[in-house]
Amino acid sequence: MTQFQLDEKEMRQVYAETILDLAKKDPNVISLDADLMSSISMNKVSPQISDQVINCGIMEANMMGVAAGFSLTNKIPFVHTFAQFATRRAFDQLFVSLAYAKLNVKILGSDAGVTAEHNGGTHMAFEDLGLVRLIPNATVYEASDSTMLRKLLEQSYGEYGVHYIRTIRKKAVKLYDENETFPRGKGKLLREGKDVCIVASGIMVAEALQAANELEKKGIDAMVIDMYSIKPVDAELLTYAAEKTGLIITAENHNVIGGLGSAVAETLSEIKPVPVMRIGVREKFGQVGKVEYLKQFYGLTTNDIVNTALEKLGK
Amino acid sequence: MMNDLELFRDEIRLWTLKQLNHLGFGHYGGSLSIVETLAVLYGKEMNVTTENFKEIDRDHFILSKGHAGPALYATLALKGFFPMDTLFTLNQNGTTLPSHPDRNLTPGVEMTTGSLGQGISVAVGLATSLKLSGSTHYTYTIVGDGELNEGQCWEAAQFAAHHRLNRLVVFVDENKKQLDGWTKDIIEPFDLAEKFRSFGFWSTKVDGANMEAIHQAITEGKEQTEKPICIVLDTTKGQGIPYLEEKEANHHIRPSEEEVDIIRQAIEQLEKKVSGSKKEAGR
Repeated sequence: MTQFQLDEKEMRQVYAETILDLAKKDPNVISLDADLMSSISMNKVSPQISDQVINCGIMEANMMGVAAGFSLTNKIPFVHTFAQFATRRAFDQLFVSLAYAKLNVKILGSDAGVTAEHNGGTHMAFEDLGLVRLIPNATVYEASDSTMLRKLLEQSYGEYGVHYIRTIRKKAVKLYDENETFPRGKGKLLREGKDVCIVASGIMVAEALQAANELEKKGIDAMVIDMYSIKPVDAELLTYAAEKTGLIITAENHNVIGGLGSAVAETLSEIKPVPVMRIGVREKFGQVGKVEYLKQFYGLTTNDIVNTALEKLGK
Repeated sequence: MMNDLELFRDEIRLWTLKQLNHLGFGHYGGSLSIVETLAVLYGKEMNVTTENFKEIDRDHFILSKGHAGPALYATLALKGFFPMDTLFTLNQNGTTLPSHPDRNLTPGVEMTTGSLGQGISVAVGLATSLKLSGSTHYTYTIVGDGELNEGQCWEAAQFAAHHRLNRLVVFVDENKKQLDGWTKDIIEPFDLAEKFRSFGFWSTKVDGANMEAIHQAITEGKEQTEKPICIVLDTTKGQGIPYLEEKEANHHIRPSEEEVDIIRQAIEQLEKKVSGSKKEAGR
């Protein structure tokens, strides 16, 4: 990915700065963490907003209930923990105490998928998007760069309900300038094309763009969409892509069951059925390793996208 | 005052029974064991009314042991949150009174509960928020002794003690049974008041059928200023109705025809008692 520039800022730094800004602006904003404040850089800003930051300790289930209690008093809690703790561990709390109770809370699940790296299988969430997608009326985003993360946080602050935002913690590839907007239920058409459409989210957006470049060299014109809004998903843009290209490839740092690939396939099967090939994790648990190794192991590389496109197009 | 409270208690018990009897089945045991506590809270201790319910700076109550919903509904109906007749829609299709409380369906219900262990965390969050905003109001919650099997309750207890939530009152309804039987046979609770004390609470144990004792415990608890308050209620499943108290499996009951007759007699007796009390009070 040599032609892509990394962001100046780490995603965690952007989270902490955005929470700081929101908290300074609005005394109702409360930041909750479960002994992972230093992991998401909240420790760097918390002295400035100490009345609005609570480190709940290592108790994710209770933290979701505490967030519910704050929401009952019209506060706006931002809850952070690693993606698997926010979803796998505290799923019933997220479901009952927050979503079913129709409360207002913003959840950041960090260290998405293979980017958990050295923490390995216990800490590697390939299921979080699927779990939250199952919850009625929950909004599910995956942030692909720092501009997007900041805007999704600001936007979620302004919209009532349960919002789950998935992110990596370190630097992402820079994709967007400060003027971009990321409306709920929309995707970003990053590149037009007519032969195949690659629909990606998170770290796979850069791989998708790279794959489109590779395919171009082989005479294949690939469309690329950043589908940051996993739920609701952008059915209109997907229909456009399906009609124009007739072939969709999804690419996600997540299980192919339940996440972006499922969302796209489910949507298109009802309105514009075309082949949907899903790049993602299949029937595997996480493991320790460097991101590049893990991407290879789970089939999440540019080449995996390119080969799938070539195979399906018979080239 | 206690006379009024006794009438309120009898009415809550009466309407809890009427409600469940109309439905034909339900959580009789754990609903009846908290009747006295609900009477003290809604009849004396808390400043919650239909008028101030939408305000945030007031006392709050969360029924963490959500399966006792019918007792809470009877209390709320008597407090005027909705018509008494609504109680007869308990668990019917399309009802506003589901067996477990739903804050979006029932006027007066603070929080959706029933997935055990979660309500206490919400109460803790609510109490923290009120404390941070400088409120002097109290947050009350009732957890079941069986519910304390759930680890989340002890997470909440640690959090409450750490944050010195002196305006949080956790009642433990120690009725000594859970769905499958006696708590001591399933998960031995040991001394719950002592457990909460060691978790950093001000803690005491009282006769949960004695409203004066419950009120006295709340008053004593409120005198200290550094710790959350835990009041362990020594209660009986089916409390106040001797037949139900003695029935072995009394968590969820689908009474037989004979039992329906017995419960009906209990209802009639309570009705007489309530109307007698009302006459005496000139109402």
